[in-house]
Amino acid sequence: MKTLKFLVEKEFKQMFRNPLIPKLIILYPIMVLLIFPWAVSFEIKNIKIDVVDHSKSSYSKRLTDKIDASKYFILNDTPLDYKAAMLNMDNGETDMIIEIPASFDRDIIKSRTSSLGVAVNSVNGTLGLLGSNYIMQIVNDFSSELRSELVYTIPPESRENMLRRPKIDIITQNKFNPELDYKNFMIPGFMVLLLTLICGILPALNIVMEKENGTIQQINVTPVKRYHFILAKLIPFWIVGLIVMIISVTTAYMLYGLWPMGGVIAILFSSIVFILSISGLGLIISNYSSTMQQASFLVMFFILILILLGGMFTPVSSMPVWAQLIAAVNPFSYLTKTFRMIYLNGSNITDVWMNLISLVIIAIVLNGWAVISYKKR
Amino acid sequence: MKQFIAFVDKEFRHIIRDSRTLLIIIGLPVVEILLFGFAINMEVQNIRVAFYDPVPDDFTTDIAERIKNNSYFTFQGYMQTMNDMEEALRKDKLDLAIVFQHNFQEDMVNSGSAAVQLIANSSDPNRGNISASYASAIIFGYQQEQTELTEVPFQILTENRMIYNPQMKSSYMFVPGIMGLVLMIICTIMTSVSIVREKERGTMEVLLASPLKQGTMIFAKTIPYMVISFIDFVIILLLSYFVMGVPVNGSQILLSLVAIIYISLTLTYGLTVSTLVDKQVNAVIFSAITAMIPVLMLSGMIFPVENMPVLLRAISTIVPARWFIDAVRKVMIQGQGLFVIWKELLILIGMTLFLLGVTIIKTKKRLE
Repeated sequence: MKTLKFLVEKEFKQMFRNPLIPKLIILYPIMVLLIFPWAVSFEIKNIKIDVVDHSKSSYSKRLTDKIDASKYFILNDTPLDYKAAMLNMDNGETDMIIEIPASFDRDIIKSRTSSLGVAVNSVNGTLGLLGSNYIMQIVNDFSSELRSELVYTIPPESRENMLRRPKIDIITQNKFNPELDYKNFMIPGFMVLLLTLICGILPALNIVMEKENGTIQQINVTPVKRYHFILAKLIPFWIVGLIVMIISVTTAYMLYGLWPMGGVIAILFSSIVFILSISGLGLIISNYSSTMQQASFLVMFFILILILLGGMFTPVSSMPVWAQLIAAVNPFSYLTKTFRMIYLNGSNITDVWMNLISLVIIAIVLNGWAVISYKKR
Repeated sequence: MKQFIAFVDKEFRHIIRDSRTLLIIIGLPVVEILLFGFAINMEVQNIRVAFYDPVPDDFTTDIAERIKNNSYFTFQGYMQTMNDMEEALRKDKLDLAIVFQHNFQEDMVNSGSAAVQLIANSSDPNRGNISASYASAIIFGYQQEQTELTEVPFQILTENRMIYNPQMKSSYMFVPGIMGLVLMIICTIMTSVSIVREKERGTMEVLLASPLKQGTMIFAKTIPYMVISFIDFVIILLLSYFVMGVPVNGSQILLSLVAIIYISLTLTYGLTVSTLVDKQVNAVIFSAITAMIPVLMLSGMIFPVENMPVLLRAISTIVPARWFIDAVRKVMIQGQGLFVIWKELLILIGMTLFLLGVTIIKTKKRLE
């Protein structure tokens, strides 16, 4: 026990000898939570659109005005032909093209059905999908407007039929995030990201630094036990991680009024388990690397995989099966899910215990591995 | 010149001798592009849905059946009470709960209107929104069929065409982004750590005392890394084309030019970082925090820059990956030429020169 105390003290001294570390622990979480949640939005607005109007009739003008007035679209240009509009799209000046045929208003009055050409830049699939949906909504609105204006032109019996169509009212309720605010969804994710970066990178560089400096030899010749050594490495990161969490939770509350509905204790408790597993991973990397350059590549590699396959940005449920299997052993994925449930769904610790147990298992496996892979030579 | 070549040769030998590091530098980006290229996907699938239908009738079972059979939904069962429903949502076992009113069929036939409630788990706004809209579309389709009125007058139809990415594959959007991210991280860490290491060990001073001009020397140090990074880029490109099916519609030469400029920029950034810190740990921390989160968040890799608030849009202009990703998407996927991406290229070159200037000034100061 006494050995452990001395070792932990040594680790703390070593850590805080580097002036960048206290700054990293205190300022970095505040900075990240202040800036980056604002960048997140899948709401597509300000889609630039070109309207190619071959009809130049009153109806086509009305439709163009309607598109222009919509908050989703910005009317970029009204070129004379499709080719010119396509050139605009190639240059990135416009995202969508609407082509109104020359017979547009004649079709509406005579045959009662007409059609429009819509072309959308779908490199960004979300923009492609939502852009064409928004246009369809506007066009549907426009056609029901026309219907009520022109209803007198059709025979009375079918008019009757048209007005008496049975209808299903669809009432949509957005639970847990009624304003559909993306920041609320991403902030818990950013907290996990911060923990992963800080409590993953630092341990990964730790042992290999001692190897490069030669101080590991000094430890190796002492009677310090392997698990003492690893435990002494873990405890400081544990405390660092808790400080990061306390700062993050406070910052999220002060800046965005976001408070864990399921209780702050549940948040801190799950963080503790997570920090153990991620630091364990860092120590394993450190044990296997011979230079800091290797360690830093490896740790960044694993962190990127943890994050990008962990459901922070894109849903795990949309990933292929093998990627979902990776997520099943990914501590990042478990903690992100847990944090979001506690923050938004108001889940309490009993609702998330399955996630916590998975985290505990991952932590035990990784740290056991860290102890085994540390070889006293 | 001879000295220069000798120096480059020495650096190459250094790197090739350390085969483990070399394997890591070349192997990791390959693994990453494969993992992310296939797995990262914005589509909303496997929507877990449950129904609460206290008095089932023909209409409600029909609608439920349709939603069950739709490939986007995974049926989780009928709930017995509203409380069960609430609990399942809270425990994150459901994405969408569909609640039918009593006497659904009767009301629809007699009074012409019946209600159904869609309760979406919108903690993820995108998923919540899209789940609800898929279900609405199915219910709406059912309603249309019930009306037996096939021809609605004064209808305007739209014919949609998806340009550049007709199958709406997520990889078209993400592959250029992953390239930008991976190259940024690898190149920055590679140069900054290796130079700071020499500083830490004192071997840097030895080199600086050599007759080679220090500008030439630093340039020589980056050449091997440039070659390795370019190999990385070529492997990534080949994998995205042959394995992931992302097209290369534009000129490969132009694409390589974009990559070389971007790689020079990120290597130079690594040099700049190495002048700002004097410990390897700090070089890694500095590179990681400045290269990773800003690229993930502000480059347009995942979240479109156009939707961001003005201030963030302004910040995003100093993120090099933003311009790289833009240029790669335009050349690779949209098949554009130099005339369309000259602005991006100029910005990237400008940034490189700026960072180079900072590095030279900083190094000079240290030596004086």
